[in-house]
This record gives sequence, C-alpha cells and structure tokens, in this order.
Amino acid sequence: MTKPLLEIKNLHVWFKVFGGILRVLDGVNFTVMSEEKVGLVGETGCGKTTTMKAIMRLLSMPPAIIPKGEILFKGKDILRMNRAELQQIRKEKISMIFQDPTAALNPVFTIGTQIQDAVRFSGKSGRKMKKDEIKARAMQVLKEVSLPDQERVLHNYPIQLSGGMRQRVCISMALVSASELIIGDEPETSLDVTIKDQILRLLKELVEKHNTSIILISHALGTVKNMTDKVYVMYAGTMVELAKTKDLFAHPLHPYSKGLLAAIPRLTGGGIGEGIDGHIPEYINPPKGCRFHPRCKQVMPMCKDKKPPLFKVSEKHEVACFLFQNFGGDCIDK
Amino acid sequence: MTNNILFVDHLEKYFFTYQGIVKAVDGISFFIKEGETFGLVGESGSGKSTVAYTVVGMYRPTKGKIIYKGDKDISQDSRERPLAIKKEIQIVYQDPGTSLNPSMTIKDILELPLKVHNISKNHEDRIKKVKELLEMVQLPVSYTYKYPSMIGGGEKQMVAIARALATNPSFVLLDEPTSALDVSVQAKLINMLIQFQKKFKLSYLFITHDLSLMRNVASRVAIMYLGKLCEIAPSSEFFKNPLHPYTQMLLSSIPVISDEEEALKPKKIISKGEIPSPVNIPPGCSFHFRCHKKMDICSCEDPIITEVNEGHTVRCHLYTK
Amino acid sequence: MQKKSLTQEELSRRWENIRRNWYKFSRNPLSITGLVMICIILFFTIFAPFVSPYPESAGKFINFYEASQPPSLNHLCGTDAFGRDILTRIFFGCRYSLIMGVTVLLLIVPVGVVLGLIAGYHKGSWLEIVIMRTTDIFIAVPPLILALAVCSVLTPSIFNAMLAISIAWWPWYTRLVYGIVSSLKEEFFVKSAEVTGASKIHILFREILLNCISPILTKMSLDMGWIILIGSSLSFVGLGAQPPTPDLGSMVADGSKYLPDQWWISVFPAFAIMLIVLSFNLFGDGIRDTLGVERG
Repeated sequence: MTKPLLEIKNLHVWFKVFGGILRVLDGVNFTVMSEEKVGLVGETGCGKTTTMKAIMRLLSMPPAIIPKGEILFKGKDILRMNRAELQQIRKEKISMIFQDPTAALNPVFTIGTQIQDAVRFSGKSGRKMKKDEIKARAMQVLKEVSLPDQERVLHNYPIQLSGGMRQRVCISMALVSASELIIGDEPETSLDVTIKDQILRLLKELVEKHNTSIILISHALGTVKNMTDKVYVMYAGTMVELAKTKDLFAHPLHPYSKGLLAAIPRLTGGGIGEGIDGHIPEYINPPKGCRFHPRCKQVMPMCKDKKPPLFKVSEKHEVACFLFQNFGGDCIDK
Repeated sequence: MTNNILFVDHLEKYFFTYQGIVKAVDGISFFIKEGETFGLVGESGSGKSTVAYTVVGMYRPTKGKIIYKGDKDISQDSRERPLAIKKEIQIVYQDPGTSLNPSMTIKDILELPLKVHNISKNHEDRIKKVKELLEMVQLPVSYTYKYPSMIGGGEKQMVAIARALATNPSFVLLDEPTSALDVSVQAKLINMLIQFQKKFKLSYLFITHDLSLMRNVASRVAIMYLGKLCEIAPSSEFFKNPLHPYTQMLLSSIPVISDEEEALKPKKIISKGEIPSPVNIPPGCSFHFRCHKKMDICSCEDPIITEVNEGHTVRCHLYTK
Repeated sequence: MQKKSLTQEELSRRWENIRRNWYKFSRNPLSITGLVMICIILFFTIFAPFVSPYPESAGKFINFYEASQPPSLNHLCGTDAFGRDILTRIFFGCRYSLIMGVTVLLLIVPVGVVLGLIAGYHKGSWLEIVIMRTTDIFIAVPPLILALAVCSVLTPSIFNAMLAISIAWWPWYTRLVYGIVSSLKEEFFVKSAEVTGASKIHILFREILLNCISPILTKMSLDMGWIILIGSSLSFVGLGAQPPTPDLGSMVADGSKYLPDQWWISVFPAFAIMLIVLSFNLFGDGIRDTLGVERG
C-alpha cells in the first residue's frame, strides 16, 4: 500500500462572521495518490474552493478557523508547517491554476516577466539559473502548452492575449513550479466551448507527461468525466461519494449524485431532469445529521440525527449515506 | 398557420471604435414563430447577445429591420419605442448578479415594471402582485424585503424571470439565463420556463452556448459565428445532421456523460485555432482559417445562404449550387 | 392593516442592515476611536455654555488681571491677552467649525451630486460637456486660493467664508458622482430599467443614486475635516469670523503674535483643529471600509 501524496483527514473549517460561525467544512476526507488524477465535483457553495485554499494555506486566518483536521503532504501536516517549509512546498511541489486567468495574471507585467519570475522562484535550481537559461526555460514551457510564436508571447501583456491563451500561460506557470501536484480550480469555466475542450486535453497530456498528480475541481460533471481516474462528490462541506470515474457515471449511489446526474441535459434529447428540490443549507445553522437530508427524497429518521460516515460499497466506491450502511466492509468514521 | 412574432431582416449592428469597426452583427435574417422557442447558439464574439440587445431595444440597428407581430416596425432604440411594445418584449440577462440592482429590495425591483405600465391600481395591489410573482417562481414570500446579495444565484435569476413576466409579455429574450448557475438549479429554472411558456403562451428567443441544453429546449436552432448566421435548422435535424463545418466542430467538442450521447456526436474534429478578433474579420468566409473542409473559394468569397432541406438553411460553399 | 405590517418587516430589515454595518465598522479600533472622539467633541460643543468653565470668555470680555496666564488648574489651557479662558473659547470655537462643515456640506452635496448624475448619465452630449468643463475650471484652482479670492471680494464674515468654501468645493462631488455614474449606467440593472420603460428621473434617483451613496458618505465624512481646516485657514488670515467671535483659526492667528513665550494661546486651538480633523478622518476611513466593501 503506497503512501498517499496528499491526504486530508477530518478537516473542519469555520468562518467567524456577523451572525455567528459558519461551519463550512464538516470533516472532509480526501486522498490523492502519486500520479493520480482526481476530480472534485460540487455545486456553488459546497466548500470545494475553501478546501483547496486550505491546502495551499491561502485562507485568511481570521475570519477562518481550523478547529480540527490535518492536511498531510507526503506525511507532513501542511497546517502545522513553518513558513520556510510552506514556501518550499509552494515553490516546488504544489501549485494552483485559478478559474479566471485574467485575474490570475498581473496586467502590468509582460508574460515573459511573469513566467521568468515563476522560473526564478521555483526553488533552489531556479535561483542559480542565469538570465538566458531562465529565458530558454520560459520558451520551452510555452512550447509545451502549445502556444505558437513564443518569442512574441513573451513580450505581450495579458490583455493582448485571448482567454484561452491566458489560461495556457497560467498552466505553464503552474508546470514550472509544481513537480508533484497541480490543483486546478475550475480552469475551464470562463472559456468558450471549443477552447474548454482544448485546455482540458492539454492539461491531461501535460500531467501524464510530467507524472504529476492533479486535482481537478469543477461544478460540471461532464468536465471530469474524461479527465480523471476517480471523483469525489461534495455537498455542503462533506464528501458524499467517492468512486472511480467510470463507476460514478454508470452507477451513482448517493441521492445527491443521482439527482445531479439526472439534471444534466442530454444531447439525445428527452427533456430536462427535475433538478433537486430545495437549496444548499445555511452554514450558520447547518442541518443536524446528514446535511443533505432536508432535500433527500429517500430520507430516513436516522438521517436527521446522525451524520453518515463513508460506507465502503465496493473497492474504491464509498458513499456517505445510511441507505448503504448494511454493506459490511470498512467504514471510515469521523 | 402560426404567425411570426418576430421577423429580423438583414440586421446589422456595427460599433465604431478607435481600433476599427466592430461588425458585431453583420447581416442576419431569421424569423420566430408564435409560441416557439428559437435557439441561438454561438461562442463569445459571435454576436448572439448583440442580436438580443438590439431586438429588445438596448441598441439601435445600424441597418436592417426588426418587425414585431407582422406589422410593427421596432427597429429603434427603446427610447423611441412606444410603451406598449416595451410591455410585450422583455429580456432576462445572463448574470443575475448584475441584472438586479444591489441597492434595491426585491419588492422595489419587481414593482418597477408594475409601476411603469400601470398594472396595479394602488400600493396595496402592487404588493399583492409582487407576492404573487414570487409565488409563481416558487420563491418564499419572505424574500420580498430582502436585497439581492442575500439570496443565491439561482434565486436571483428567478427574480429576474419574475420581473420579465410581471408585465405579461408575449415575447421573452433569454440571454444565457442559466450559464452562471449550477446544473441542479438550471434544471429547475428551465422546467419553470417551459411551464410558463405553455401557461402564458410565450415565444422565446433562447441564447446559450450549451448545446446539450439547447437540444432539450429549442424547437429550431440557429448558430452564429463572428456576426453571421452559419446554419438554421429544426432542432432534431440540427443535431442529427449538422451541415456547417463550424456546427460539426462545436458539436464534436461538447463534454457529454453517456455513451449514447458520445455516439451521437460527429466524428472528433480537433478544434484548431482561436476565434479571430471581430475587428479583424478574415476575408471571404469568416470561418475559413479554422475550417477542416476548407476549399480555395472560401478565402475569397463569402458564401450565400442556401436552403438544403425543409427549414434547414446553411451558409457554406460546400452546399451552394 | 396591511401597510403597517409591511413597514414593520421593512423596518426590521433595515435595522438588521444597520447592525451588520456596525459590526463591520467596529472591527477596526481606529474607526471606533474616530467615532468616540467625534462624540466627545460634539458633547462639548453642543453643551458648551454649560460645561465650559468661563462661558463669558466666549464673547466680549476683558479681564486684565487674568491676562496671559499659562495653563494652570484654574485655566486648563491658559488665558489670552484679554484674560479670556482659552479652553472655553475652544469649545465655542468648535461650534463654529462644526456648523461651517455641516452647512457647507448641506449646500454643496445636493448641487454637486445632481450635476454629476446628469453629466454622467448624458455622457457624450452637450449637457455633459458644459457641466464637466465648468467643473474642470473650478477644480483647476486650488480650493484655498479660490476661497481666499471669493472671500476677499465679499465682506469678511463666517457666512461669506462658508459661501466661499462652497464655491471652491462643490466640483469634487460632481466629479466623484460623474465617475461612478458613467460606469454604472452601463450596468445591466440600469439597462433593464431603461428597456422596461422607466422614466429618467427614476433611473437617475432610484437605480443609480442609491449605488453612489457609499462613496458620497465616505467623502462627506472625510471632507468635514478638510472644510474645517480651510475655514480655519480663512479665519487665520482674517477673512472668516470677526472678533470677538471665538474661532479656532483666528485664535491661532491672534496667538501667533505672542509665540514662543505665550505658546498656549496658539498651540491649544491648533491642537483642537488637529483633533477635529483627525477624528473625522478616522471616522471617514471607517465608513469607507464598512460601506465600500459591501458594494462588492
């Protein structure tokens, strides 16, 4: 059993605001192995961006509070690392690709400056490189993301590039400083349909080529289908289902996953599914027990009191739902 | 024989900027039948939103005509249109965050169309109608005095729909109404829109870039690229037998989740290149740089629209006789 | 019956809004400091006749026995050349300063904002050109100089000083609102109102103005300090309040003759000016942080 690359154990994240405390993340468990492509799917407000920010320690500590939980990167807890170790991780091991490439790039610096900065700050080797070595690396990395005319791109400002090209630049910067893990926070959302496709395929190729792991976050199930090996489904701050991608699409188990899949419009026609009644709970006063129970059509009395742990239904398919509690095997408890 | 509720004739909308002339809409013609949902598809820069904004009166057409209900010429700015027309044509915008005034309560937002068109007799009547509108879109009546920032994206969009329907319109333009929303909220909203269409006998111009959604919503679909129409066809025909190379490229790149859908898509066409800047439109057919079926004539001559089948028109040299 | 219960709901919403804003405001200790300072100043200013140790000093009063006394337990800030208690005169002087600030704002804000709304909404038309170029002309002259110029033409008095400052200060509000309105008018909620057929008055004063309130309020709080400072500068050169009216600026001017020996006659009034300006600045920063962030 190889050790996981990244392991989030029982993470709780709360935010202190005007009306009280928002208990956003409620015991999140998440594992990424080496060279694995993992998808994280959840709708707006489910806490996926909060989880990712927690990994990179980008959350402003007030108002955010982390009362419980660990984030282990290769065995070491990121939440307890000192500044030097954290810097090393951010420089060399993990990096993030954000949703909006326009906001992620500094508008007053050229692309060349920004990529070269990324190269220079990407660790010990980066600092020792000479100017022309840095430039050569920047050109090489732009070539890898299939940007034509690299010399011209280096001199361009972000505003002179299209959305797709900007996202490619962001991906190249992520590649420079991530040797182990890339976190993509809905990288394709702000792009057009044909470009979305190109970017996702590019990301997949690069990740496989460099043997990096990737966490791909999305609110659309269609995005993760061809990109990932396994998928986590998140709802209101908890992981409700974990499965191999093929299994999730073929046999979704959790009522939420089922509802989500049914709501996706199909190219084959046949009308739109019903959607899921209700809306995501308020984190100030989250529902007791299973956070999905107010919207669940198959709710049982025990769902209102106890929080369901992840029950193992089969190898690599776990569901946090009492409907499956009789499926023996291990269950990962709080 | 159903009448046409809208007829757009060689509509052009140019924007004059210091970088050049942006031909956002460059000579498109189409009609929408009463009671139908007409779908308009395209990527960014295609001009689809500009078409909607021109029809609803936010822009004045540079050239061309827009005819409403057969005989009313509405090719003007909303400032010049009669109030009665403004009552009948409404629009729902893409981003609910910016289409609702953040400093006004839901009550104020929904009251405005009622006040402008004198729909209710007095203050009490108006409040009653506002609460009815909220119930109609399945929102709790307690939202009346909330601000938009206090409710979720999907709920804001439902308020936007309620606002559009407050004047009892006949024609509603929906500019990507669900693009900013999650899939489960989208389903709820679309089902609601379909119900309202039947109940209030509405005609829709539905714009989206999500082809799977379009398949389930529109009866006829038109696809635009850089300001011009590429293809118009009845919905099932459009998806089963796409003729224009751009349509084929778009259809082949949409993410689908089941194998049946995968089989329905045209053979994988790797989409090359980027959409050119609208100030710098390529000569001839504007799509030829990215086209996988390009011929010599495509780089010098712009094709004319030909009717290939009943109701199925294409603008492509492959099909001009 | 219906109308009453509606207003109740609305009122409770508004109260909650106020409480939320207070929560945000109170996060910053400096903003609270500013607020507390303003409250203290207001207290002493409003109740000046009752809390000042020697209320007679505020008017025509001469007492050469007590003249030019340094600060002591009897006279916490000392006395001036006429024997008047400086602390008392500071309290009364603050009155004039605050009244000046409030009056000037009441004059210029409605005018400046309305002009800015009209100019911003009609961007590109002759209306905008006329309004904005006029604004530019006024802004081109430094406010103090313009105020001095106006004052020197009129007879020196507090009212004329207020008038002069108003003439110098109104264009800043026009420019502020013009900037906001030019971008706001392209927003979809404005377009939606236009397309529905709302009247221009509604669009300007309900749709757009409501979204300008935060920056305007912030500017008003910060401006109080500036206006008081300019008013004091005008009095310093003799163009504002006339003797024996206690006015902070003229007190500083009068005392400057006696520096550095009888330093208390100038220093304490100057210190008072500084405290007033500081408190409004801190308060204004707090307002900006509270309201500014909310608009997002």
